Amino acid sequence: MTEIPKEEYVLKCTSACAGCSSSLILRYVLKAAGPDTVLVVPACCTSVIQGIYPNTAMNIPVYNIAFAAAAACASGMSAAFQAAGKKTRVIVYAGDGGTVDIGIQALSGAFERRADFLYICYDNEAYGNTGMQRSGATPVGARTTTTPGGKTDTKKDLDRIVEAHNPPYMATACSAYPQDLFKKVSRALAIPGPKFIHVLAPCPPGWRFPTEKTIEVGKLAVKTGMWVLYEREFGKLSISGPSRGAMKKPLALDDYLAMQGRFKGINKESVDKLMAEAERNRARLAREEEGIC
Amino acid sequence: MLTIATGNKAVAAAVKEAGPAVIAAYPITPQTEIVEQIAEFVTSGAMPARYIAVESEHSAMAACIGASITGVRTFTATSSHGLLYMHEMTNWAAGARLPIVMVNVNRSIGPGWNIWAEHTDALQERDTGWLQVYVSTVQEAYDATLMAFRIAEHNDVLLPVMVNLDGFLLSHIMQPLETVEAGDFIPPIRLPHAIDPKSPAGYGTLTGPDQQFLFRWEIERSMRDSVAVIQETERDFAKRYGRKYGPTEDYRCNDAEIVIIALGTLGKEAEVAVDLLRNEGIKAGSMRIRWLRPFPALELAGKEVVVIDRDYSFGFGGILAHEIRAKTGIRLFSVIAGIGGQEVTYDDIAGFVRERRMGAEYWFGVNARV
Repeated sequence: MTEIPKEEYVLKCTSACAGCSSSLILRYVLKAAGPDTVLVVPACCTSVIQGIYPNTAMNIPVYNIAFAAAAACASGMSAAFQAAGKKTRVIVYAGDGGTVDIGIQALSGAFERRADFLYICYDNEAYGNTGMQRSGATPVGARTTTTPGGKTDTKKDLDRIVEAHNPPYMATACSAYPQDLFKKVSRALAIPGPKFIHVLAPCPPGWRFPTEKTIEVGKLAVKTGMWVLYEREFGKLSISGPSRGAMKKPLALDDYLAMQGRFKGINKESVDKLMAEAERNRARLAREEEGIC
Repeated sequence: MLTIATGNKAVAAAVKEAGPAVIAAYPITPQTEIVEQIAEFVTSGAMPARYIAVESEHSAMAACIGASITGVRTFTATSSHGLLYMHEMTNWAAGARLPIVMVNVNRSIGPGWNIWAEHTDALQERDTGWLQVYVSTVQEAYDATLMAFRIAEHNDVLLPVMVNLDGFLLSHIMQPLETVEAGDFIPPIRLPHAIDPKSPAGYGTLTGPDQQFLFRWEIERSMRDSVAVIQETERDFAKRYGRKYGPTEDYRCNDAEIVIIALGTLGKEAEVAVDLLRNEGIKAGSMRIRWLRPFPALELAGKEVVVIDRDYSFGFGGILAHEIRAKTGIRLFSVIAGIGGQEVTYDDIAGFVRERRMGAEYWFGVNARV
């Protein structure tokens, strides 16, 4: 068992929704990072969750920055800490919209420049803070307020975009597996240079499931193989423990879709696309782990 | 040391002397020589700084913001579209009370692709909370850049400062330059709200209506306080290095009946026009506006005023002319000239004065009467 520190950096009285996985993720991220850490947060749910001025629910410094600017801001901050001889860790904590859409240029630039910080994208597959509009990370078939008939395009493959930058460390995680997440954050922070962790963040109001089902939905995402947990350290991929079963024999997708109101009435074509995408992803990762590609 | 340099090289030399810890910049004509020279200083070890070659101007300002909030000195340079592209972040830098220094090489805005001098780029940043100074010589580009760090970082100010110099007319022409040793002219930076993990705080958190207007007022209060800081800085600069600056540069204004007002190199050109006009018996003077923000108090009562704008606010008028009208309540002759690098000579400027019509607006090269 991994020892999880007792210190809390996300204090009580956040303004997160009931059943919010994003604050759960952040809790474990910061437990792994420790107190000498600065969080850089672009516009996202966490802009609100941290509390209202002059109060804050965060027990580390949080620098809020404009939507498109998180990775650029973090790269300047980490350079400044280095220039001052400080070892303070810089972590970007950004939603999917701020990462795959408006923030991707800054992310790409900072990773190409080998800036030294950890970028965490918590992915609830839509613009949650503004009331669930589609993002590039919304899966095909999902209803959002701007795709009321279900999204017709597939989810942007963020991880392959990040991989193309050859970061020394990148991983996926899910809020339903906090120990796996904790280990990955710890590992990432021990490596200099740009690091990236993409965390699936099931969202009760956005995905339309009961608040007590957050963990269950996250586990189903992994067990159905819709979301694969892995890490890639210096180019070497390893599938993480919780995903091993699904890589061989994923559970049927139906239960995962049926639990979520956003997929209500999804047509067969979209289900087929979802499954085909997930299968392609698993096959590619399996080949890479075996060293075939 | 006496040397000869372009406006861009002079800026780079001043930045080297000020010694920022982090420079984040993106190249754009006609600013490129500044960032190339700084990159050279950093690479050769002449400047112990981190140079971040960002992928956009939006990221340049974001990186300066991230660096500045840790409490280190920061610098960037841009021009025209680059400045407009970082507009969201220039607002952020001022709102976050970060003493970032930026040099903007004034250039026209597309379309079409015109790379020559115009002030509309910087004037679109008027309302962001940045201090703005406009220079007219290579020496002044150097001096103003050096002073900008001391002014921005002064704890009565803590606002970013933009130094403006005309594209090509100043950025690329060579003039004599006297460089200085800054010594303790710029004290070590001390940012009272710098990030400190030992004392965690939220920066830019969700802010309600009962607080936001107070933050905005704090910007204005510091803008007003900056007047005294600028004055004290320019006075100390004159004492140490012998060159005097003020909110405006006045030339033969004391007994002038007609005053020409402009920004940047046009303001310098106007001084030659003043001499021409004086020889003809016209009692002219020139008042070049240096600090646009904070806007100076102007003594213009009883004088005829000719304002030359190398900029325009469509559907309204010349931006500088409007600012002067609004602040002083005077009637003036508004000349729109030099946009997109249009050539304006001292003869042309003398002509504007000879043919002045108070209350009218005149587009040079377009028509005789508007």
